[in-house]
Amino acid sequence: MNLRYLGRRMATFLLTIFIASTLNFAITRLTPQDPIAALLGRMASRGRSVENGAEITALFRERLGLDDSLPQQYLNYLLGLLRGDLGYSLAFFPIKVEAVILRALPWTLGLLSVATLLAFTIGNLLGALAAWPQVPRGFRWLVYLSMPFSAIPYYLLALILVYLFALTWQVLPLGGAFTVGSTRGRDLATFADMARHATLPVLSVVLAVVGFWALSMRGIMATVLGEDYLIYAQARGLRSRRIFSHYAMRNAMLPQVTALAIDFGRLISGQVLVEIIFNYPGMGWVLYNALRSADFFVIQGVTLFMIFTVAVATLLLDLFYPLLDPRIRY
Amino acid sequence: MIRHLRNFFSPMMALGIVLLALVLLPGLFGQLFTNPEQMRLMAGGINAAPTWDHLLGTQNEGRDVLTYILKGMPNTLLIGLVGGGSAVLLGTVLGMVAGYVGGPLDGAIRNIVDIGLTIPPLAILIMIAASFSVVLPLTMGLVIALTSWMHPTRVIRSQVLSLREREFVLLLRLSGASPLHIVFRELLPNLIPFLAATFVNSVATAILASIGLEVLGLGSFQTPTLGNLIYFAIIGNAMWLGLWWWWLPPILILIVLFMGLFFVSTALDAIANPRLEPR
Repeated sequence: MNLRYLGRRMATFLLTIFIASTLNFAITRLTPQDPIAALLGRMASRGRSVENGAEITALFRERLGLDDSLPQQYLNYLLGLLRGDLGYSLAFFPIKVEAVILRALPWTLGLLSVATLLAFTIGNLLGALAAWPQVPRGFRWLVYLSMPFSAIPYYLLALILVYLFALTWQVLPLGGAFTVGSTRGRDLATFADMARHATLPVLSVVLAVVGFWALSMRGIMATVLGEDYLIYAQARGLRSRRIFSHYAMRNAMLPQVTALAIDFGRLISGQVLVEIIFNYPGMGWVLYNALRSADFFVIQGVTLFMIFTVAVATLLLDLFYPLLDPRIRY
Repeated sequence: MIRHLRNFFSPMMALGIVLLALVLLPGLFGQLFTNPEQMRLMAGGINAAPTWDHLLGTQNEGRDVLTYILKGMPNTLLIGLVGGGSAVLLGTVLGMVAGYVGGPLDGAIRNIVDIGLTIPPLAILIMIAASFSVVLPLTMGLVIALTSWMHPTRVIRSQVLSLREREFVLLLRLSGASPLHIVFRELLPNLIPFLAATFVNSVATAILASIGLEVLGLGSFQTPTLGNLIYFAIIGNAMWLGLWWWWLPPILILIVLFMGLFFVSTALDAIANPRLEPR
């Protein structure tokens, strides 16, 4: 990997972050809505005293530097970001936005990495088998039937799953990440409780994504099947199962692993709605509540964080790709 | 071209068209048969089960659900058409220019696309929708197009790059055809099946994005759409109260719509890239 490529890639990364942050600043400053007016409105609706409200308004005007000129505000905003300072949450006032995000992050990462890995494994296996000649016809149709599921948005699937499993048959919990009021420790019961709560959200994501993996794997497998090394492996008299796993699958996996890496980068921003439907206390849920309470700094912080994670993941992927595939050199 | 026509009506295309027709026909013409009175507050009882007067019952404000759906479908479809259409239009122009002209212009467009693809569209859409009140389906569609033109640009650019090297383009260039003529009169017709597949995908993306925003509560509540109906059903605890006629129909309609778009785009894709299909 040469330095020129590295330099250009880093420049693109920094530019992406810069543009995203600037958009974030511009959109919130151009809006006709006033976050502080929204805050005051909410406080009034809770019946708090006006004195307290005036105090907080003054604090926020100072904190936001709303009396400064626009370029000055912009500079302060960028400097704050460099320090990882995303400002305060308006809804949970003395708590900072970073703290809100960090509290929610493990839930999202846990839920969605399990879902993504499950969908990846099942989908690739199904897709590869669908293209494999020795597989019976009936199975192939089963795979084709699973594909249209990928056309259905996962949040619509999620609503139907909630209705069936949580409301009609009542075998799984309606939502949340754990049973409210239960003691949580590092034991098996806690784990089982969390797994039960994660089943439906994971299932809805898996059902919606598995078809994508199957479809692309089937296409890659179809091209791999024509390669000479497979004919050679057959000529050597290797067992079909071994040819499938060691010769065909292994070569077909490479582009899929790349796609998986991209998917992991989009983990946090991709499935925001699933947490809302299941009241799962991750990033999507934080964002939803921030939207409902007009908590502007949390909305800004979460969206910026999402953009940041995707940018970092794409950067890492580009830098490590030559290690995954030795044929690629920059 | 004859091969295209013969391959056009594959079983998958037929299935897709039938599914789309199931949604599009009532979506376009259903509102002609609605009675505006039924959209009023308390047009019927509150949360009333389906009867002959209200075929899909009423919701928690007493509005007729069927009327709401028939009024909402055109708006949802309009968002999809405007969003997907403008994204593909912008993507086609930029992708063709970048792919055919090349040089620094291509470099600039490619960089903007790369940066844009890194930024998750939902993040930007949420920021915009939370800061401005997006009132009309038309604006909603345009805002969505702003965040989704990058993918079409990239695919169309790569198609033009490969077409540009074909002999017939060289022949045209040698015979003194202007670049504009080559791009829009000669290359464009070759891309039609491809553009059609991209368009169908973009419409699906736009509808997906708009429903996502509306389910988040970021749609405009003055306009009836399928996404708003789902949002209000969730807010109104329709599922918990067992009011299936309120929350289930919009979901089923959207599922049929997305399946139809999926089959049509897969069938179009098979026409555009015949080599992709195994045998």
